[in-house]
Amino acid sequence: MNCNDHHFFSLQTAEQRDITRRTFLQRAASGIGLAALGGLIGGNRAGAAATMLPGFPNFAPKAKRIIYLFQSGAPSQMDLFDPKPELAKRRGEDLPESIRQGQRLTTMTSGQKSFPVAPSIFNFAQHGNSGAWFSDLTPHMAQGADDWCIVRSLHTEAINHDPAITFMQTGSQLAGRPSIGAWMSYGLGSENSELPSYVVLTSFGSGRKDDQPLYDRLWSAGFLPAKYQGVKFRNKGEPVLYLSNPPGMDRAMRRGTLDELSALNEHRRDALGDPEIQTRIAQYELAFRMQASVPELADISNEPESVLESYGPEVKTPGTYAANCLLARRLCERDVRFVQLFHMGWDHHAGLPNAIKGQCRDTDQPTAALLHDLKQRGLLDDTLIVWGGEFGRTVYSQGTLTATNYGRDHHPRCFTVLMAGAGVKAGQTYGATDDYCYNITENPVHVHDLNATIMHLMGIDHTRLTYRSQGRDFRLTDIHGELVKGLVS
Amino acid sequence: MMIRPILSLLLLPLAVRAAEKISFNRDIRPIFSDTCFQCHGPDEAKRKSGVRFDMRESATSKAEKTGDIPIVPGHPESSEVMNRLTSHDAEELMPPAKLHKPLTPQQIETVRRWIAEGAEYQGHWAFIKPERVAPPIATPNPIDGFILKKLAEQGLKPSPEASKETQIRRVTLDITGMPPTPEQVAAFLKDTTPGAYERLVDRLLTSPRYGEQMASRWLDLARYADSNGFQTDSSRRMWPWRDWVIRAFNENLPFDEFTIEQLAGDLLPNATRDQIVATGFNRNARLNGEGGRIVEEWFAETVIDRVETTGQTWMALTVNCCRCHDHKFDPITQKEFYQLYSYFNSNDESGVLETIGGNRAGGNTAPVIDLPTPEQEKQLAELQAAVQKTEVEGKAAEQALSASQAKWEKDFRAQLNATMVAWKRLDVSEVKSTGGATFTKQPDESWLASGPNPANDSYEIDAKIAPGSFTGLLLEVIPDKSLPTQSLGRAANGNFVLSAVEAEINVPGKSEPIVATFKRAEADYEQKNWEIGQIVGGQLTATAGAPKTGLKRQLGWAVDGNFAEKRIARKALFVCDPLEVPEGATLTVRLIHGSQYTDHNIGRFRLSATAQPPATVKLEGANVPENIRATILAPAGKRTPAQKMELAKYFRENGEHPAKTAAAAMAAAKKALADFGMQVATSMVFKEVAEPRAAFLFKRGEYDKPGDPVARALPAFLPPLPKGAPNNRLGFAQWLVSGEHPLTARVWVNRAWEKFFGTGLVKTTENLGSQAEWPSHPELLDWLATEFVRLHWDMKAMQRLMVTSATYRQSARVTPELLEKDPENRLLARAPRIRLPAEAMRDQALAISGLLTEKIGGPSVRPYMPPAVWDETSVYGDMRGYKQDTGESLYRRTLYTIWKRTAAPPTMLLFDSPSREICTVKRSRTNTPLQALVLLNETTYVEAARHLAERMLTEGGATPAERIAWAFERATARKPDAFELQQLTSHFEERLALFKQDTEAAAKLIAQGDSKPDATLDVAQLAACTVTANVILNLDEVITRN
Repeated sequence: MNCNDHHFFSLQTAEQRDITRRTFLQRAASGIGLAALGGLIGGNRAGAAATMLPGFPNFAPKAKRIIYLFQSGAPSQMDLFDPKPELAKRRGEDLPESIRQGQRLTTMTSGQKSFPVAPSIFNFAQHGNSGAWFSDLTPHMAQGADDWCIVRSLHTEAINHDPAITFMQTGSQLAGRPSIGAWMSYGLGSENSELPSYVVLTSFGSGRKDDQPLYDRLWSAGFLPAKYQGVKFRNKGEPVLYLSNPPGMDRAMRRGTLDELSALNEHRRDALGDPEIQTRIAQYELAFRMQASVPELADISNEPESVLESYGPEVKTPGTYAANCLLARRLCERDVRFVQLFHMGWDHHAGLPNAIKGQCRDTDQPTAALLHDLKQRGLLDDTLIVWGGEFGRTVYSQGTLTATNYGRDHHPRCFTVLMAGAGVKAGQTYGATDDYCYNITENPVHVHDLNATIMHLMGIDHTRLTYRSQGRDFRLTDIHGELVKGLVS
Repeated sequence: MMIRPILSLLLLPLAVRAAEKISFNRDIRPIFSDTCFQCHGPDEAKRKSGVRFDMRESATSKAEKTGDIPIVPGHPESSEVMNRLTSHDAEELMPPAKLHKPLTPQQIETVRRWIAEGAEYQGHWAFIKPERVAPPIATPNPIDGFILKKLAEQGLKPSPEASKETQIRRVTLDITGMPPTPEQVAAFLKDTTPGAYERLVDRLLTSPRYGEQMASRWLDLARYADSNGFQTDSSRRMWPWRDWVIRAFNENLPFDEFTIEQLAGDLLPNATRDQIVATGFNRNARLNGEGGRIVEEWFAETVIDRVETTGQTWMALTVNCCRCHDHKFDPITQKEFYQLYSYFNSNDESGVLETIGGNRAGGNTAPVIDLPTPEQEKQLAELQAAVQKTEVEGKAAEQALSASQAKWEKDFRAQLNATMVAWKRLDVSEVKSTGGATFTKQPDESWLASGPNPANDSYEIDAKIAPGSFTGLLLEVIPDKSLPTQSLGRAANGNFVLSAVEAEINVPGKSEPIVATFKRAEADYEQKNWEIGQIVGGQLTATAGAPKTGLKRQLGWAVDGNFAEKRIARKALFVCDPLEVPEGATLTVRLIHGSQYTDHNIGRFRLSATAQPPATVKLEGANVPENIRATILAPAGKRTPAQKMELAKYFRENGEHPAKTAAAAMAAAKKALADFGMQVATSMVFKEVAEPRAAFLFKRGEYDKPGDPVARALPAFLPPLPKGAPNNRLGFAQWLVSGEHPLTARVWVNRAWEKFFGTGLVKTTENLGSQAEWPSHPELLDWLATEFVRLHWDMKAMQRLMVTSATYRQSARVTPELLEKDPENRLLARAPRIRLPAEAMRDQALAISGLLTEKIGGPSVRPYMPPAVWDETSVYGDMRGYKQDTGESLYRRTLYTIWKRTAAPPTMLLFDSPSREICTVKRSRTNTPLQALVLLNETTYVEAARHLAERMLTEGGATPAERIAWAFERATARKPDAFELQQLTSHFEERLALFKQDTEAAAKLIAQGDSKPDATLDVAQLAACTVTANVILNLDEVITRN
C-alpha cells in the first residue's frame, strides 16, 4: 500500500471516468478547476493527476506529503533549541532597552515593573555529526539530530494566540482565509480516494491542561470550496463523524441500501439527463468505502510490539500525541496528502520548567519514533516533517523569577521551527538570534517564507496557487513570501 | 494543461462575435482589470512607469518614463501596448511572466480590435446608475423577454414547463425552505383554474416559514452566532436580533427600511425598541477576549470588520482591500476607506469582549438593550417597588438609631469585660474528600491534598470543639510546592474557587446537628468578580453596578492563584449568630468546590474557630480598637464630641440595630432585582457617543501607525449623500437606499436571482467591482434593479416576479445539446437543479417525517451533536460540555441551532456553511462522502426515517407498496413510477425477512433518537420501513431542489 502502487488503474470504472469527464467539463465551464468531488474523490492511486489543478505540481515535488506537528501555545525556543549560556551571568537583570527597542508587549506583561532576564535552567548539549544543540528536555529527538534542520530565525507579526496561529495556518491573522492544508488539497488533490486528503489530529498536553484552544478555522477551507476543509479525526469513538451505520444495520444491509439507491438514482438520471446525479452515486459509493478504510486505518492491532514501544507508553491511548504520531504514519502510508497534528499545552506564562517537562514527555519520544519509523519504511524520502508553534517566548520572566521557576510571555520576534524529511537540508542549524534570544541576527525567516518553502517542497510555486475570491486572486502567502533556499537540499 | 482550448470553446456563446463592436466594459475591462490594473491602475503607490489603463486620458498620453504612447486610438500598430502584449522579449512582454496570467491570442485580438475601433472607455458598468431598458420581447412576465432574446441569439429554445409536482416542490423549497405537504400538492394539482400557480406563490410568501428561510441566508452575511469568537469563544445572546430579522422578512419590511434600521436604527428619531435591536447587525462581529490582547488593536479590527461587512452586504465591494493601500481594481483610495471607517467608529464600545467574571464567562458586551417580556416588566416593577419600600424603612430605622445605641453600649461593655481570645486552631481528627483526594497533616496543623483531583471536590473536616459558644470560622489557604505552579489551588493554573462553606455542631445524643448559617464573610484578598461575599447570604456585591451580561455567573471565592505574584497565603472568615456548644460536641466543616471551573479545589488549608461576639470578629481575631474601648468604658457624660462620633460610627458598623437590618433588607431587595435582571434578555446594539471619535488613516493598515486624521465622507466615484441626510451612520444608510446608488439594488436582485436560478446574473454575487464578471444578461439585471426601486424596495414582490416567470417554471431536464452549448446553464434554457443547502436538508427530513416543531424564534437550541465536538479542542469558555435538549427543541428548524464559531455544528460545516466568523456572501456547493455519511447515519436522519416509517405503517395504507408510495410522495411530491416502486418494494421485502429473523437488530435500529417508537407496531415491520424511509430520504431527487 504505497504511493507507487499503480494496480488501481485497472479498477477505474466507467463511472469514475465519467466523473473525470464531468470534472473537465466543470473546470472548463467555471475556469477555476472545481473537481466534481475535490478533496475526497476523483483521485485514485493511479489517476491522482486527475484531481490536481491543471499545471500542478508546478515542478517535480521533493515531497509527496506532509506531516505537520503543530505545537500549539508556543514552545519556548530558549529552553529547547536555542541555547544562550551567557545569560546565566545576567540572571535577574532587567532586559536592556537596547534589546527590547520599544517593541510592543502583550498586556499580560506590559505593566510589569521590571523584565528580569530568566536564563533557561535546562542543560544543552551538541548531538550527532552536525553538532546540533538540544536541551535535555528532548533526548529522543536529539538522538536523531542529523535528520533535523533547526530553524532558529522564524518570526511572525501577531502577538496573541488566536491571530498568531491563524497567521501560521492561513497567512492572515484574521479569519476567513483557507488553511495551508486546504490549499494543498485544492492544488494537488488526493492520492487516496478513500480517505480525506487533509487530516487533522488533536491532543491535549499534560504541561498545561487548559491551554490553548484550537479552532475549526485552523483547518478550514476559507473561501475555497468546503470540500477542501481538513477532516478532524476524533480523539475518541469513531474517528470520522457519522461513519458508522446506525445500530441494527450491518454492512451487508448498507450495501443493499446503496445498491437500491444507485438503481433509483440512475433511473432518475436517465429521465433527467443530469450528469450531476452520477456524481451523487459516486459520493455514496465513496462513503461506503470509507466506512471500511477508516476503521482499517485506525486499527493498530497488527502493529509489531517493537514499533508500538518505540512511540512510548501512551501510543495505545487514543487521542494522545503518541497515538496520533502512529496514526500519522499510517495515514502517510496510505498517501494522505497532508496530516496535521495539533498538540496543545505549550503556553507557559508561569511555572514553565514544570510545564515544559510535561509537554516534552508527551511529544519527544513519539516525534523521534515517527521520524525513525518513516525512515525505516523509506517514507521519509518523500514525506516532509515540520515541527513548531505560532510564536516564541520572552527571555524575561513573566511574574516572579526564582531559582527554579519562571514564566515566559509571547514573543513574536524570534522562534524555532524544525523541519525534516523530503527535500529538507537536514543536519544544519539555520538562522541565529541575539544574545538575549530576542531579535534575529542572521537569516530571518518570516512565516510567509516558511509557507512558501513548504509549498516549494511539495512542488508548488507559492505565487501560482491562487484562488479568485471577491474579485481578487488570493494565495497562502498573500503578496509576500520567498523560498528559503538555505533550507532546501 | 489541455484545459484551455476546451475552455474557450465552451465559453464561445458568451464571447464576442466578429460583427459586434467591442465594448470596453464587457470585453476589455475584465482583461485589463485582471492583468494590468495591479501595476497600472488606481493604486498610485504601486503604479509602474506612471502608466495607468483605468483612465483613457492617461492611457492615451505619453508615458512619463519612456515617452511611448500606450494606446493610440484607431492605431493598434502605433500603440505601445500591442508591442508589449505580443513581444517575444521576456523583459518587454506584458503582463510579466511572474504574474502567471498570460493573455490568450483571442484576448490580444480583442484588445487590438478595440484600439482599432477607437479605444472608447466606459466607466465600470456597476458604478453607473442602472438605466431601465424595455424588455426586448413582450412577454407576460418581463423577465422572460430578456431571457428569450438571449436564447434566440444562441439558437436555443426554452424548455417546456416543469410538471406541476416539480413546480410546487421547487417553489415551496425556494421560498420557505421546506417541502410542500401532500395535501398542498394535491390541492395544487386539483386547481386547474388560471392563476393557480400565482396563488400558490402568494400563499407561500405569507407563510411564517418564509421569514425563517430568508433569515438563514441573511445570518451568513451578518456573521451571526451564539458565541463571541476568537480564542475563548464564550457565549453571547443575539437571538433577539435574529428574531427581528425573521419578523422583518415576514412583515415584508421594505429593503430600504430594513437597511436603515439595521445600520442606524438607533439614530432614527424616537427610535423604537425594535429599531434599536435591529442595529445588532453590526454587533454580530467577533469580539476578542484573549488575555494579553491590546485593546486599541482590536477596537480597530472591530470597526474594520464592520466597514468590510457593510461594504460586502450592500455594495458587493471589497473595501477592505483599502485598509493598507489604494484599491488595485476599483477607484477607492485608502483615505476613502478610513473615511468610511469614521462612520462606524463612534459606537459607545470598547471594541473588545467585556470580560465580566474573567475572559471565559461569556455574555453580551455593552452597549446592550434590555428586552423584558411584558410579564417580566411587571415583575421588575414589583421588585423595584420592594427596593423603594426598604429604602423608606431604612430611613425610619436611621432615626431610631440613638436609642438602639444606648442598649448596645450596655451589652458591649459587659462583653468587653469578659476574657477575649482570638482565633483558636481546630483540633482536626480527620479530613475526607468526596472525590478520592487524600490529606496529609502538616507540621503547622494545615492539611495538604494529594492524589486524585476530581472536577468538583468537597472536603469534610471533623474537629473537636471546646464547650461554650461558636460564632465563626477562619480558613487559611496556604501555597505548597507540591501544588501545580506551586500555588494555592489544585487546578493546573494554581487557582481555586470555593463555592460554599458549611459548618454544623454535632451534639452527643442528638440525631440532628446544629447548623451554622454564615451571615458574613471577609477575606484578605479577593479576585475581581470572585468576591467571598458571594458565597454567604445577602452580600452579593459583585453584580451591583456590573454591566449586564445576560447570563448567570457561577459564584465563588477565588484568589488569582494563576498569577505568579498572587501565590501567597490567604485567609477568610465566616461569621454566624452565636451557637451554643455543649460538652462533648464536635464540629463538622465542609469546603465545597462546585464552580464551572473544574479542578479548582483548594490545595492546602488550616481551620480555626472563635467564640467572640459576631460583630467583633475580624480576620485578625477579636479586635476592638483601643480608642473605642476607652470611650465605651468611660461614662457617657464624660465623652468628648469626637469620641461620641467615633463611637456612633463604630456602633453603626459593628453593632446590631434596626438600621443594619433595614440595610440588609435593602441589599437583599436590590439583589433580587439584580438577579431577576439577569434573566431578562438583552441584545447588543449601537449607541452613538455624543462626540464622534477621531479617525485616522492607518499606515499600512496598522492600528499603531496612525497618519492624517480623516473626516466622514463617501467615496468620490459614488453619488453624494442625499440632500438633507445627516453626515453620519444614518445618512450613510439612507445613501445606500436612496435609489441613486448604482450598487445597492443590483446587489440585492443579483443575489435573489442566484437563489432562484443557481447562479447570479453576475456570477460573482460577492463582488460587483471592476473584477466582477460581465453579466450574462446586463439589461435584465438593470431592469430588475430599477424595478426593485420602482416597487419601493418590496422584497416579496421581487421574489414573486422571479418565481412566476416562465424561465423559473421550466423543466430542469438536461439534453446533451444543452450540456454542450451551455454547461453552466447561464442562458437558462432549462431550470437548474440545486442540492439543498444545509438548513433545508435537515428541515426537510424533519418536515417529511412529521418531527418538525414549527415555533418561531427564542434562544438557540441544542439538537443532537456527537459527544465532545465542543470539548475536544478547547477547555476554555462557558461553551463546553454540550448538553443536548430534550423534546421539541430537538426538532426546531436548523437556523435555531446553537452556533459556536470555533466549533460550528459539524453537519452545517460539512454541507458548505461558513463558520460565521466573517461576513460570507456565498456558500460553495460541494459533494463529499462525508455528507453522504451524515444523511445515512446521523441521529436526526435515522430518527426521521423511523418516524416516517411509523406513519407509513399507521397512515400509509395496507400493503407495503401503498405505504412506500405514500412515503415516496411525501418526499418527492410525486408518485413513484413502476420501476421505482418495484425496486423499493422488493428491497423492503428482503429486509423485512431479515429483520423478522433478527428482531434484536430491528429493535436497535428503531431505538435511535430521543422520541420513542410506537410500541404497538411490529418491530420488524417498523425496522424494514425505517430502512426504506432512509433510502427515500437519501434519493438524489429528495436532497435536490429539482
